[in-house]
Amino acid sequence: MMTATDTMPEAADRRSWAEWLDGHSGRIMVLPAVIVLLCFAIFPLIVSAYLALSRFALAPGGFTLKFIGLVNFRKLLVGSQQYHLLGKFGTFGFVQSALLALIAAGLLFLLARYLMRGRPTIAGVIGRLLATAMAMGLAVLALATMAPGGVPGTVVNTLLYVFVGVSVQFALGLGLALLCGQPIRGRNFFRVLFFIPLMVTPVGIAYTFRMLADMQKGPFAPLVRAFGINEWSWATEAWSARLMVLVGDTWQWTPFMFIVLLAAVENQPRDQVEAARLDGANGFQIFRDITWPAIAPIAATVVLIRLIEAFKIIDLPNVLTGGGPGLATESMTLHSFISWRTQDLGGSAAIGYMLLFISTIVCVSFFNFVVRPARRFEP
Amino acid sequence: MSAEPRSLARRLFEPASIDSQAPVVRIVTYALLFLWTLVVVVPLYWVLITSFKGPGEVDNGPFYLPFVDFAPSLRAWDFMLVQNYTLRPYMNSVVVAVASTLLAVLIGSLAAYALVRIRFQVKLAAVALFLILLTAVIVAVATFGVQWEIAVAVAAALFMIALFTLVGRTKLAVGNNDIEFWIISNRIMPPIVAVLPIYVMFQQMRLLDTQLALIATYTAINLPIVVWLTRDFFAGIPLDLEESAQIDGASKFRVFFTIALPLVRSGLVATFLLVLILAWNEYLLALFLSNADAQTMPVLVSAQNTTRGPQWWNMSVLITVMIAPVIVISSILQKHIARGLLVGAVKG
Repeated sequence: MMTATDTMPEAADRRSWAEWLDGHSGRIMVLPAVIVLLCFAIFPLIVSAYLALSRFALAPGGFTLKFIGLVNFRKLLVGSQQYHLLGKFGTFGFVQSALLALIAAGLLFLLARYLMRGRPTIAGVIGRLLATAMAMGLAVLALATMAPGGVPGTVVNTLLYVFVGVSVQFALGLGLALLCGQPIRGRNFFRVLFFIPLMVTPVGIAYTFRMLADMQKGPFAPLVRAFGINEWSWATEAWSARLMVLVGDTWQWTPFMFIVLLAAVENQPRDQVEAARLDGANGFQIFRDITWPAIAPIAATVVLIRLIEAFKIIDLPNVLTGGGPGLATESMTLHSFISWRTQDLGGSAAIGYMLLFISTIVCVSFFNFVVRPARRFEP
Repeated sequence: MSAEPRSLARRLFEPASIDSQAPVVRIVTYALLFLWTLVVVVPLYWVLITSFKGPGEVDNGPFYLPFVDFAPSLRAWDFMLVQNYTLRPYMNSVVVAVASTLLAVLIGSLAAYALVRIRFQVKLAAVALFLILLTAVIVAVATFGVQWEIAVAVAAALFMIALFTLVGRTKLAVGNNDIEFWIISNRIMPPIVAVLPIYVMFQQMRLLDTQLALIATYTAINLPIVVWLTRDFFAGIPLDLEESAQIDGASKFRVFFTIALPLVRSGLVATFLLVLILAWNEYLLALFLSNADAQTMPVLVSAQNTTRGPQWWNMSVLITVMIAPVIVISSILQKHIARGLLVGAVKG
C-alpha cells in the first residue's frame, strides 16, 4: 500500500484529508457560527458580568479594575443612582391600591388555575412563580412611581415603551390588516406603502418627527396656533415627550404587525367565513369565532418578536429628546450608554445586566405562557 | 327571493352580494386606509421638501408646496454632498452593511443546514467545563494580571485533558434543538450588555473605528436571525435530491453549495434583504465602535445636532439619501422581504 509509485502516498494523503473533512463536515459547518457567537456574545457576557461587579478607573497607561461585589447594583437599586434607575416613589392612593389589588388577584387566579388544573410540574411551578414575582414587582414599581409625587425612572420608561408601544402597534396593525383583508381594490398598493416606515432608519425617524412636531416651523404649527397655543412645547413636559417617542416608535413598527397579520388574515379559512356570512353572522362574530382563532398563533409570535426588540430601544429617545426633559424619556439602554460616557463602566454593565434580566424573564414567560398555548391549537 | 326594491337604508348598509361590501362599509374602509396613507406619507414628504429649502424658508414659518409657496433650491444638497464629505460615511455604511450581511448569511445558512440535516450530540459536561474555564481565564487576567496568552494556553490544556478523560463518561448531552435554541436566543440579549467588552476587545486589537470591527460585530448580531429563518427553508426542501448526490460521492459541502443553497434561493434573498436593512439602520454599536474613519450614516445623522441647533435643511438631505435606497428596495422587493418576516412569525 505504501510504496509502488511516488505519487501514491500523496494521493492517499489527500484522500484521507478529504475523508476527515467529510467525516467532520457537520461540526465544521456549525463551527464558524459558534465561534462568532462565543466571541461576540458569550465572552462579552462573562466580561460584562465581571465589569458589573467591579470598579473601573482610569490609571496612567491604561485602567484598573477592582472587584467590589454587588456595590454597583446596590448603588442603582437603593443608593445614589436609585432616582435615575427606579425613579422617585409617590404616595400610594386609593386608585393605585385598587389597581395593584386587581393585578395581584389576576396573577393569583392564573397561578391557582394552573395548580388546580392538570398536573403541575416542578419546572412549571418555578417558572410561573418567577413570572408572577417579576410581573408583581414591575407593577408595584410602575404604579408607585406614576402615583402623585412620584417620578418614573428608566426602568418604568422602558416598560412604558415596551408594553404601551407594543399594544398600540398591535391594535393598529391588526386593524389595518383587517381593513386591507377585505375585498378591496388597490390592496397591493396599500401593502407596499404601509410597509415602508419599517425600513426607515430610526435615527432618521427621530429627526423627522422633531421637524414635524416643531411648534414654530413645523407643518402643524399654524393649526396649533389656531388653538391659541403659542409658548408651549412638547419637549418640555414629561408626558408629551414620552408620547412623542411612542408616536415615532409606533410609526415605525405598526407596519411590521400589519404585514404579518395581513398574511395571517388572508390565510384564514375562506369557506368558513362565507358559510358564517350566509348564516347571517355579523362582522364581530366572524372575527371572534373564525378570524381570531386562525391568526392567534401568528399574532402571539409577532408580539413576542416585537417584545424582544422593544426592550432595546435607544435611537429614538436619544435623538428625539436626548432622554429629557430631565430623564423622562430615558430608556435603560440609553441610561447604560450615559453611564459609559461618564466612565462609570461598572454601573453601565450593571444596568445592562438588569435589562437583560428583565427582558429575558418577560420574553421567556411570554413565550411559555402565551405563544406556546396559542400554537397548540394549530392544525 | 322577493323582487321588491330595497329601501335606501338597506342598499347602503347591506352588501349587494356575498363577496362585496356594503357602500357605507366600503367608504369607511377607504377613508381609514387613506388616513393611514397620509400618516405614512406626510413625514416622508416633509423630509423631502425640507431638503430643498434654505434657512430662510425654514425659519419664516412652514411652507408646504415647492414652486407654489417657496422656491426650491439645491443649496443644501450641494453643501452636504459636494462641499462636505458625506460620501465617506455613505461608503462605510454600504461596505459594512453588504459585507456583514454576506458573511452572516454564509455562516448562518451553513450552520442552519448542518443543524437541520446532521444530528449533533454535545456533552453537557464539556459545555459547562468550557464556560467555567473561560470565566476563570477572564478573572485571572482581569484581577491577577496574568498574561492572557499563558492563561488561555493553560485553560486549553486543561480542557483537552478533561475532554479525553472525564467528559466521555458523562451521559447528559445537548442535541440539535438545544443548539438551535441557544443560537436564536442570542437575539434576546440587549446589545448594550455586550458592547462594552467588544469595545475593549477591539481597542486592545487596535481595530477600533475600522470597518472590520463593525463588519464582525454586525455579522454576530444578525447571525441568530439568519439561522432562525434559513433553518425553516432548509427543512422545507425534500431529502431525495441531496441523498442521491451523496450516494454519487459528493461531500456535504458540495451538496450544500450545489444543491441545497440553489433550492432555497428565494428564501435566501428574503433573509439577505432583511438583514441588509437591519445592518444599514444599526445605530448603537456604530455609536460605540466608530467615531471618524468608520463612521456610518446613522451616527453621522445623529451627530448633526450642532450648537446652533439642528440645520433642518442639511439634515433632511442626509436623511433623504439614507432612506431613499431602502425605500426603493423595499418597494420593489416588498414581497421577498415580507416573506422573510412571515417565515419567522409563522413557524417561529
